[in-house]
Amino acid sequence: MIKFNVKNKDHMLLLGFIGVVALAPIIMAPIGGGYPDLLQKFAIFGIFAIGFNILFGLTGYLSFGHAAFLGIGSYTAVWTFKLLTMNVIPALILSTLLAGVFALLIGFIVLRRSGIYFSILTLAFAQMSYNLAYSVLTPITNGETGLQLRHHDARVLDGLFGVTRGEGLPSTSLFGMSMSGWSGYYFCGVMLIIMFYISLRIFRSPFGMMLRAVKSNQNRMSYTGLNTRPYTLAAFVISGMYAGLAGGLMAITDPLAGAERMQWTASGEVVLMTILGGTGTLLGPVIGAGVIKYFENIFSSFNEGILMEAFSFLPEFLQHAMVTVAGLFVGEGWHLTLGALFMVIVIFLPGGLMEGIARIGNVFRRWRKPKPVAPTEAEAAASE
Amino acid sequence: MSILSVKNINKQFGGLKALNEVNLEIEAGTVHAIIGPNGAGKSTLLNCFVGRLNPDTGSVNFDGVSLLGMQPHEINQVGVSRVFQTPEIFGDLTLVENVMIPAFARRDGAFRINGWGQVEDEKNVRENAMHLLEDVGLAESADTVANQLSRGDKRRLELAMCLVQKPKLLLLDEPTAGMARADTNNTIDLLKKIAERGITMVIIEHDMHVVFSLAEKISVLAQGTVIAEGLPNEIKGHPKVQEAYLGGAHL
Repeated sequence: MIKFNVKNKDHMLLLGFIGVVALAPIIMAPIGGGYPDLLQKFAIFGIFAIGFNILFGLTGYLSFGHAAFLGIGSYTAVWTFKLLTMNVIPALILSTLLAGVFALLIGFIVLRRSGIYFSILTLAFAQMSYNLAYSVLTPITNGETGLQLRHHDARVLDGLFGVTRGEGLPSTSLFGMSMSGWSGYYFCGVMLIIMFYISLRIFRSPFGMMLRAVKSNQNRMSYTGLNTRPYTLAAFVISGMYAGLAGGLMAITDPLAGAERMQWTASGEVVLMTILGGTGTLLGPVIGAGVIKYFENIFSSFNEGILMEAFSFLPEFLQHAMVTVAGLFVGEGWHLTLGALFMVIVIFLPGGLMEGIARIGNVFRRWRKPKPVAPTEAEAAASE
Repeated sequence: MSILSVKNINKQFGGLKALNEVNLEIEAGTVHAIIGPNGAGKSTLLNCFVGRLNPDTGSVNFDGVSLLGMQPHEINQVGVSRVFQTPEIFGDLTLVENVMIPAFARRDGAFRINGWGQVEDEKNVRENAMHLLEDVGLAESADTVANQLSRGDKRRLELAMCLVQKPKLLLLDEPTAGMARADTNNTIDLLKKIAERGITMVIIEHDMHVVFSLAEKISVLAQGTVIAEGLPNEIKGHPKVQEAYLGGAHL
C-alpha cells in the first residue's frame, strides 16, 4: 500500500540540506561564492522564498506584494536595535510577529479575491506601503535616507544589563557573538535549516494537504465541509512571517532599513526565485534564491578586464568580438543573463530547476537498470 | 420521519420563475428521485439544499435545522454531501488523498491548523479512505493522480469522497450522465449497495432506467412545480408525467 517510506526520505533530505548549509563555504569556493556576505544572502533569500512557496506553491495564490513584509521585518528589527538591544533574538522575534500581524490584516482584505485580482490587490498594497514609507511614515522609516542606528539611541535593555557604550556605532550580536563574517553566515544558515524543517513539516501535514486542496479545487473543498478562507489566510500569514524573519535577518547583517526593500521589483524577485527553482517543491525555492543571488553577485561583478582575460586564447579580433557580445550579459547586463535563463527554464522545464534535477535522476535510474525498459508515456508523466 | 422538509420554495431569476411553490418531503433511509424535463428546475432545487442558491421564499429544514443562509461548508458539516453533475474532485492530488481530505473535514471540522502532525502518521484516516476506495473499486490506483481517471471513475471517486463522511443525506446530480451502459449499470449496483446501508439519497436523473432501478419514491418537476409524486409504479402511468415528458404540458 505504502510504496516507500516518506519519513526516511525526508530525514535524508534534511540531513543533506544541513550538510550543504554547513559545507557551503567549501562547496561554493571553486565557483567564487565562498564568502560569507554572499552565502548569507543565499540563506536569507532562501528563507524568503521558502515562505513564499508555502503560499504560492501550495495554495496557488500568487502574491506580488511579499516584499512589503520583508520591509516591515527590516524596519522592526532596526527599531528593536535602536530602542531595546543589539541582541538579535528580540529583533527577529518582533520582526516575525509584526510581519505576521500585518499579514493577518492585509490577508483578511486581499483574500476576498483570487487569481489575478488577488495578485493585483497584493501589488497595490505593497506599492502603497512603499510610498507610505517614503512619505507619510518618514518619522518611522526615515524616508529616503533609510532607518539607521545612531550613537545616542535608547537601547533600554542593553542599558539595563549594563552593556557599555563604545565610541562608534554598536554592532549586532547574539549574546556577544558578532553577527558579521562567518558567524553571521552560520547564524542565518541555522535559521534557514529551521525554517526549511518547518516548511517540510507543513508540506507533509494534514494542513499542507488542505492547502494543496485549495489550489486544486476550492469548490469541492467547501462542499466537503471545509472553510477555505481561514486556510488561505493561515498560509498567507505564515508566508508573511517567513518574509518578516528574512527582513529581520537582512537588518542583522546590515542594520539599515530602506524603503526600496519593499518595492515591487523585490516582490517580483521572490516570484522569480520560486518559479525558477520549482513552484510547490521543497528545495526549489532555496535553489532558485541561490541561483538568482549568485548571478546578481558574480555576473554583475564581471567587467571587461576579466572578459578580456577569459578570451585571451583567441586571436585579437575574435577576442574583441567575443568580449563585446559577452559584455552584454555581464556587469550591469546581468539581468539579461537572468532573463534568458528564466525564459529557457520556463519554456523547457515548467517545473523549474527541480524538474530538471528529477529528469536527470530518471535518466540515471534507467541507465543503471540492467534491462532497458522503455517506459510508456503515461508512466513517464506519472513519475514527473 | 422526513429528514429533509422543503416548504413553499420560490426562486426567480429575472423574469423566469425557476421554482414555484415547491414542497418536498424526503423520508429518512429512502432513495428519492427527482425527475423532470430539461429546465424543470431540478438542479436549481438541489442548489437550494446545499447553500449554492438561496430561495426567495420558503423554508428548507434538514434534521430540524434550517439550511437557509448557511454556507456550503456548514451545510456539509451538518451531514449533507453532494455529488456533482461534472465530477468535482481534487485533480492534482492522489486518489487516497482525495478521500482523506473529506475524512479530515469530518473529524477536524471546517477549519483546523494541524501543521505539525504528519499525514503519514494518520493511519486510521488512511485505512478508512482505502476501504472506501475498495468499495468503489478504485483501490488499486490509490496512489495515482485523480486527473488521470476516466469520467466514470472520477464520479466513483467523488462518491467515495462523500461516503467517507458518513452523510445523513447524499445528493446526487445525474450520477450516470455521459456514462456508457456498462458503467451505468455498475453505478446502479454501487448506489444500491449504498442505499442498503440506510443512507438517505436524493437523485436527480434523466435516465429512466436508473430512476426505476433505484428510486423508492419519485417526484416529478415540470416548469418549477411538482406535478406528481408517488411510488415508481404510480408515476410510470401518470398522465400528467407523460404529458410533461412529451413536451405538451402547457401548449
